[in-house]
Amino acid sequence: MEYFLIFIAAIFVNNIVLSQFLGICPFLGVSKKIDTALGMSAAVTFVLVLATVVTYLLQKLLILWHVEFLQTILFILVIAALVQMIEIILKKVSPSLYQALGVFLPLITTNCCILGVAIIVADPAQLMQKLPGGGVLIPNLLTGTLYAFATAIGFALALILFAGIREQLALAKVPEAMKGTPIALLTAGLLAMAFMGFSGVV
Amino acid sequence: MSNGMKTLTNGILKENPTFALVLGMCPTLATTTSAINGMSMGLATLFVLVCSNVVISLLKNLIPDKVRIPAFIVVIATFVTLVQLLMQAYLPAIYDVLGLFIPLIVVNCIVLGRAEAFAAKNSVGLSALDGIGMGLGFTLSLTVIGAIRELLGTGAIFGLSVYSDHYASLIFVLAPGAFICLAYLMAVMNKIVKK
Repeated sequence: MEYFLIFIAAIFVNNIVLSQFLGICPFLGVSKKIDTALGMSAAVTFVLVLATVVTYLLQKLLILWHVEFLQTILFILVIAALVQMIEIILKKVSPSLYQALGVFLPLITTNCCILGVAIIVADPAQLMQKLPGGGVLIPNLLTGTLYAFATAIGFALALILFAGIREQLALAKVPEAMKGTPIALLTAGLLAMAFMGFSGVV
Repeated sequence: MSNGMKTLTNGILKENPTFALVLGMCPTLATTTSAINGMSMGLATLFVLVCSNVVISLLKNLIPDKVRIPAFIVVIATFVTLVQLLMQAYLPAIYDVLGLFIPLIVVNCIVLGRAEAFAAKNSVGLSALDGIGMGLGFTLSLTVIGAIRELLGTGAIFGLSVYSDHYASLIFVLAPGAFICLAYLMAVMNKIVKK
């Protein structure tokens, strides 16, 4: 049951985009069509879970060797290398999946929700704050990975909802000065307000 | 000298990272809950921007073209770690508030963007000026957004009370207020630029 609560908390209550402000760039950038939003969400889910597992284990090594200050440099390099590797493997193993995700993969390296979640999960104190259930769940690889997966689903939900709204918005008559980014931000603000309704659920 | 002046002012108004280029949206929305928080984030980014621009400009002939992006990221991440450790030591209160967003300066598009677009092609002096200009532009917009959100949300600016917080609407300090405030500021900027 507590494991289920991780999902509710990360998807609705503390949505990564709408309440934590991570991953705003792809949220604004690739949300003009539902198709691209789906592709981006799938790619982010894939990389986020893999990167979190790898960086979690890497952090253990960093602590073992007393070089924690290298965290930022090593994490970003590992994520960049991982994205490259996934791209190469997908190209060989599953060309159809590569076709679907290919364009989005290089963009993911600079998606701050990947590095952000990796840093949160690597630090037990920060992960503890994100886990619901009043101390029943302890920060470890399992809860960390579940948290990363739930976060990715939350990202996907926000992105796809937003893309759906923007597809309709393209047909609406918008004041000249509000065209483009301002109206998108305003829509995101209303969406964030709707998500605030979930606060206190878990 | 006029060339240097142009480079310096370019980032503050004409190519303002937040309002004109729409880069680095995550820290812009997340850390502007008050004017002082926005300003601290802006200054931290300014420091990284200037240092990485200078170093990358110095190394531009040594870095092979094919591995330039990873090399740039390593340089940027080094300075981010430096800022992180310095803030943890000397400004622990602000470090706690900004938290996660300090290491995330690494993936701020402005820093990598300026490295690639400017520092890799120009002299050390100009790159430093470009870093200062862009950094000041970013700091300025973050401070303005922070001040407006603080004023509407808590009735104060830089912690000084302007009117009673009974009349303030807390929503502007919370997540939706960030989006809405930035949306209207951008619309006003569009209107001014068009005229």
